[in-house]
Amino acid sequence: MSDKSIQVIEGSEVGFATTRVDALLGWARKYSLFQYPFVTACCGMEFMALASPRFDMARFGAEAPRFTPRQADLLWVVGTVSQRQAPVLKMVYDQMADPKYVLAFGTCASCGGFYDNYATVPGIDKVIPVDVYVPGCPPRPEGVIDGLLLLQDKIATGDRTPAVVKPRTDPVPKDLVSLRRSAEGDPVSEAG
Amino acid sequence: MSKVVLKRLEKRFGEAILSTHDQFGDETAVVTPEVWHEVALFLRDDSRCQMDHFIDLTAVDYLGRRTPRFEVVLHMRSMQKLHRIRVKTPVAMGPDGENPKVDSLVDVWKGANWFEREAWDMFGIEFKGHPDLRRLLMYEEFEGHPLRKDYDANKTQPLVEYREGYEKQAPFGLPEGMPFGRQVHDRWKVHVAGRQTDGKTNILGFEED
Repeated sequence: MSDKSIQVIEGSEVGFATTRVDALLGWARKYSLFQYPFVTACCGMEFMALASPRFDMARFGAEAPRFTPRQADLLWVVGTVSQRQAPVLKMVYDQMADPKYVLAFGTCASCGGFYDNYATVPGIDKVIPVDVYVPGCPPRPEGVIDGLLLLQDKIATGDRTPAVVKPRTDPVPKDLVSLRRSAEGDPVSEAG
Repeated sequence: MSKVVLKRLEKRFGEAILSTHDQFGDETAVVTPEVWHEVALFLRDDSRCQMDHFIDLTAVDYLGRRTPRFEVVLHMRSMQKLHRIRVKTPVAMGPDGENPKVDSLVDVWKGANWFEREAWDMFGIEFKGHPDLRRLLMYEEFEGHPLRKDYDANKTQPLVEYREGYEKQAPFGLPEGMPFGRQVHDRWKVHVAGRQTDGKTNILGFEED
């Protein structure tokens, strides 16, 4: 009872539903994410794939890119952020209006990745708070969609703790042939 | 291929050409830093060379392996004669640790401008006569020259103060991202710490510059 945020009450002539204001706001926000793509590196190609019709981010209500942070409420940090660029990222984040969410796209944005050097910020959470981390170099669009859905869940429940997209394996049917190395070193086909 | 260029150089500059060699088909001349600018002008203007295409200019830090410590490397090509040549010059730190100095080639090839700025940024080599010797890649506030071998590999100089009081979640560990991604850059120091010093070398086993 208490965990149902929307309750439909039947029996009257018109029918009506009750909900809480924050649940309604969360529901509205999660399907109208205006995004600001802060694209700095190669993950941007994957971001374009995600936004284009094949993977189609628009299905999840996150289709409108805003190229000013003042109109956006989801900041995609896509790619490596160098020390020199960190003030820019901070300024972009500060310009966004509340409520604002940040998604770290790829390993570089999440933790610096293999750019373990004098020039790179080891994870954008050193500079701005992050809601969802999507690891991968680059992450697959499915992984990013996982991250987007995770963020939507968090928006709906009002949860602001950071979360990481868990890795997934493809659900491979057993009757498909998969190549494995046997003990002798010969590739053996394991047909089901 | 371009041996004729090396011959011309040796004939023209004689003793100032320290050595010449051929590395995988790339003719290379090592010259003294005093004739650096003169060699570049000669290579550009000589009728048999005509090095009109500036390709690359960079530097190498041979800390502990060579004296003098730095080497400036210049690559050129001739559009007309299809020559390719590489010219190097060794440059040393000043007696009191001043930055190494060498003549700027911006008045020979304009394209050298940003390459010299990069070499200044990364290696701290001062190019005398450069019109605008600022850092190219790093920011103004950056101290030191990051590609020098004595620049601490773990040292960062953030422009924005790092946030604190947050927790990274798995698979990202504290304090800096993925634990398997962090290299132990100081391992070589442990390796050489047990060495005996003979007075001429420092504690790291490197010859003093």
